[in-house]
Amino acid sequence: MSLLDMDERLLDLASLIDLVYSPIMDVKEFPEGVDITLVEGAVANEDNARMLRLVRERTDVLVAFGDCAVAGNVTALRNPIANPLPVLQRSYGPDPSRMPGLHTPDAEVPPLVTKVENLRALVRVDYYLPGCPPSADLIFFVLSELVAGRTLNLQSRATLG
Amino acid sequence: MSVTTLTINGRLVSAAEGASILDVAREHDIHIPTLCHLDGLSEHGACRLCLVEVAGSSKLQAACMTKAVEGMVVTTDSERLRTYRRQIVELLLAERNHVCSVCVANRACELQDLAVSMGLHHVRYEPQAPQLAMDASHPRWIIDHNRCVLCTRCVRVCDEIEGAHTWDVMGRGRQTLVISDMNEPWGDSASCTSCGKCVRVCPTGALFEKGAVATNKDPHFVTYLRMAREQKLWNR
Repeated sequence: MSLLDMDERLLDLASLIDLVYSPIMDVKEFPEGVDITLVEGAVANEDNARMLRLVRERTDVLVAFGDCAVAGNVTALRNPIANPLPVLQRSYGPDPSRMPGLHTPDAEVPPLVTKVENLRALVRVDYYLPGCPPSADLIFFVLSELVAGRTLNLQSRATLG
Repeated sequence: MSVTTLTINGRLVSAAEGASILDVAREHDIHIPTLCHLDGLSEHGACRLCLVEVAGSSKLQAACMTKAVEGMVVTTDSERLRTYRRQIVELLLAERNHVCSVCVANRACELQDLAVSMGLHHVRYEPQAPQLAMDASHPRWIIDHNRCVLCTRCVRVCDEIEGAHTWDVMGRGRQTLVISDMNEPWGDSASCTSCGKCVRVCPTGALFEKGAVATNKDPHFVTYLRMAREQKLWNR
């Protein structure tokens, strides 16, 4: 949502880009030949992993967007517990019938992975855009530089949390 | 008192006898990053962030533990040192569960500040995600081992300033843990005077006040106490 905090700067960006895929767009398949993809969130289930590999294959510049993608962050808080079952029991109670997807993972409810990973554990990441959430200024800086075809040095803009 | 003369980053500087490289550098406004060091406490040399290059030695030296010697030639900033310091911070972040966004010390944390000052936007090492406990048995404060960097400031302030020596360190390597008394719950400690000094010197969210977010850390009160006790100077 901090994307929206870019306010009217979104309009400047919109004239420079073609938005081809987003979780809230009605596009079934991630397209080929994408220039820049912002990937948010960590890899918490098997579908996340499949999707991430597909995105990497079809993207020129992959940006880990936010602390969960960069470092696991809140999503990875469950890692010390390792096995997802106690995590689900903690969240939904001990009754298995109240845990949809746990016993019959399918396409709609993918099984959780044992260990939540950040993006770089699975694929090559080109840029890390940290923050929880990243600031609108940082997002705008990164996007406008990348759209202009420039390479980035984010060291002076590092943040954690 | 005899004076020692040495070179730091090409600058000729003088030091009081017995001063450490860190002391001298600070006195001359030369910045060396530190974490376990705290003015007013004994040196511990645990964090290794203050590593410097000393001409004639291939080994890096911890500036806090190395005495300034006549004619010494010291470099406090180089590509090699920056690489190692960055690695140290990355290893500290990977070792335990440092999740800034849900930490009580977010934006009031020396580890976080160090990472930001080094331009660290991601950690290259695999997070170890150890299963570590919190001890909330004390009525006022909590120790969260997930955020502990084992700097031992709490141990030293409790021993050297308060004189209680409630805290100490148990185990080795990744099993190392700060413990109260004989590894008993903090709330049951017979030696703890509930002075709260450990909480104020802790550089991260490992020691914090119950119900407080972004605990107001204030490690510099240790120098104030020392000045007051030893020189009868009561200036804040």
